[in-house]
Amino acid sequence: MTTEKVKINFEKFNCWYAEKRILFDINLKIHPNNITALIGPSGCGKSTLLRCINRMNDLITNCKVQGRAYYDKILIHDQSTDVVALRKKIGMVFQKPNPFPMSIFDNVAYGLRVQNIKDKHTLQKIVQQSLEKAELWNEVKDRLHLPAFKLSGGQQQRLCIARALAVKPDILLLDEPCSALDPIATAKIETLLQKLKEEMTVIIVTHNMQQAKRISDYTCYLLNGKVIEYSPTQEIFNHPKHTLTREYLNGEFG
Amino acid sequence: MVKTEMISENSKQNIVFMITRAATFFSVVVLFLVFMFVFMEGAAVININFLTKMWSHSDIRQGGIFPALVGSVFLGMGVAIVSIPIGIGTAIYLNEYAKNNLFTRSIKLAIRNLAGIPSIIYGLFGLSFFVLFLQLGTSLVAASLTLGVMTLPWIITASEEALKAVPLSFREGSYALGASKWQTIRGNVLPHSWSGMLTGSILGISRAMGETAPIIVVGATFFMSYLPTSPFDKFMALPYHTFILATQHSSQYARGYALGTALVLICLTFILNLGVFIIRYKLRKKKEW
Repeated sequence: MTTEKVKINFEKFNCWYAEKRILFDINLKIHPNNITALIGPSGCGKSTLLRCINRMNDLITNCKVQGRAYYDKILIHDQSTDVVALRKKIGMVFQKPNPFPMSIFDNVAYGLRVQNIKDKHTLQKIVQQSLEKAELWNEVKDRLHLPAFKLSGGQQQRLCIARALAVKPDILLLDEPCSALDPIATAKIETLLQKLKEEMTVIIVTHNMQQAKRISDYTCYLLNGKVIEYSPTQEIFNHPKHTLTREYLNGEFG
Repeated sequence: MVKTEMISENSKQNIVFMITRAATFFSVVVLFLVFMFVFMEGAAVININFLTKMWSHSDIRQGGIFPALVGSVFLGMGVAIVSIPIGIGTAIYLNEYAKNNLFTRSIKLAIRNLAGIPSIIYGLFGLSFFVLFLQLGTSLVAASLTLGVMTLPWIITASEEALKAVPLSFREGSYALGASKWQTIRGNVLPHSWSGMLTGSILGISRAMGETAPIIVVGATFFMSYLPTSPFDKFMALPYHTFILATQHSSQYARGYALGTALVLICLTFILNLGVFIIRYKLRKKKEW
């Protein structure tokens, strides 16, 4: 873990939903080409933190942020930041698989068509590449024009990953992507993420501490909207510095 | 209290079921009787001449209701042109763009209340605003605008419901891929809600086509020897024609002809509702979330 490059940088970052303060003075540097896991009990603000990275928090009425968050040199929450361009660079996969009610092909092509890429061969090429990267190609190559809802839950989630990959993101955010999946489907996605980190930065919110331990390079423990501890995963799991972290990891609360 | 406890839960529910069953029976019988009443006498006068001939006021057996039929169809089209784009546009704005604050909520509430205003009030508004102030005269266009305005609240409300039915996760998924708001609405919201919007719109229009009171005020006439040649002409319409025949005409055949006209109007409404049914059926087959 020698890399000191920073992909996402939170500096004294705060967030409120109406009057309720969700995040408190977050300072966090996320390193490129790593998997960073955000863990913590429900309601600790980890999903909110994730959504502040691609400004999905904009969709929440009365959400207010303060402080700075950088993606490379870009100030994420600045008025002048092009949200649409930002979200092309920072892809997101949600807790519940949310394929669109269209064919498998059209799902993956959606993000490309949004960018006005209409050439059939380009679309076909990128759709295939993305599905291959998401380890789904072999399962669906003969039925690309079936509705996406015909796929199983695990396949749907990999389809959502493929859909995010098609836009060629620099960062992939995942909000508890495996919480609705069985262990086998979960294992497939974990393997997939290990491979993806070579090309991009992966940030995953998870409730499953074993999952954080298995796949992440860095782990950040959040509690009540504050970063309690943030270190390389091996360190945090083997020698937690903070009592609160130790209690949580030992299952003594949470 | 002691007495009610003596009735078992089982008999209580039997009583409730009996009451609701009786209510259903009553509704069905009444609707059936209404239809039969119109059909028995009305069907007797319907033939090709009745449907395709110009109206003959002095001897109603010589003529037909063609101008009234055409007038009602034109009116329905006029109402559709006025109310569908404005209604759906309003619903999209209120549901997708407008901030969910007190102001927006009051507007939504006001629109829902507008749906309850008696149609004659819209007629009076149309008379003073479209006919007199905008100087459109009593005409097809004034009537279309008046009924269009009257239909707006229904179309807006139905369209809003259709938009709300599209899950938030579709919108989130689309935004997360870098789609703009309009791209999201066009690509991932409207395709899943247009059937619902169209359903509400058609029902609103078919209701407007059956209105009598407002069109008497803004442009319908009981006797025209020609078809309307421009939107600024007066026009005949089925519901008003029925009203005239039933109450104002001295001929002994007038009653049968009134019911015949009513039957044609019912059929017209029925055709529109059939369209709604088909759209709904297709929608349900396509919907998978």
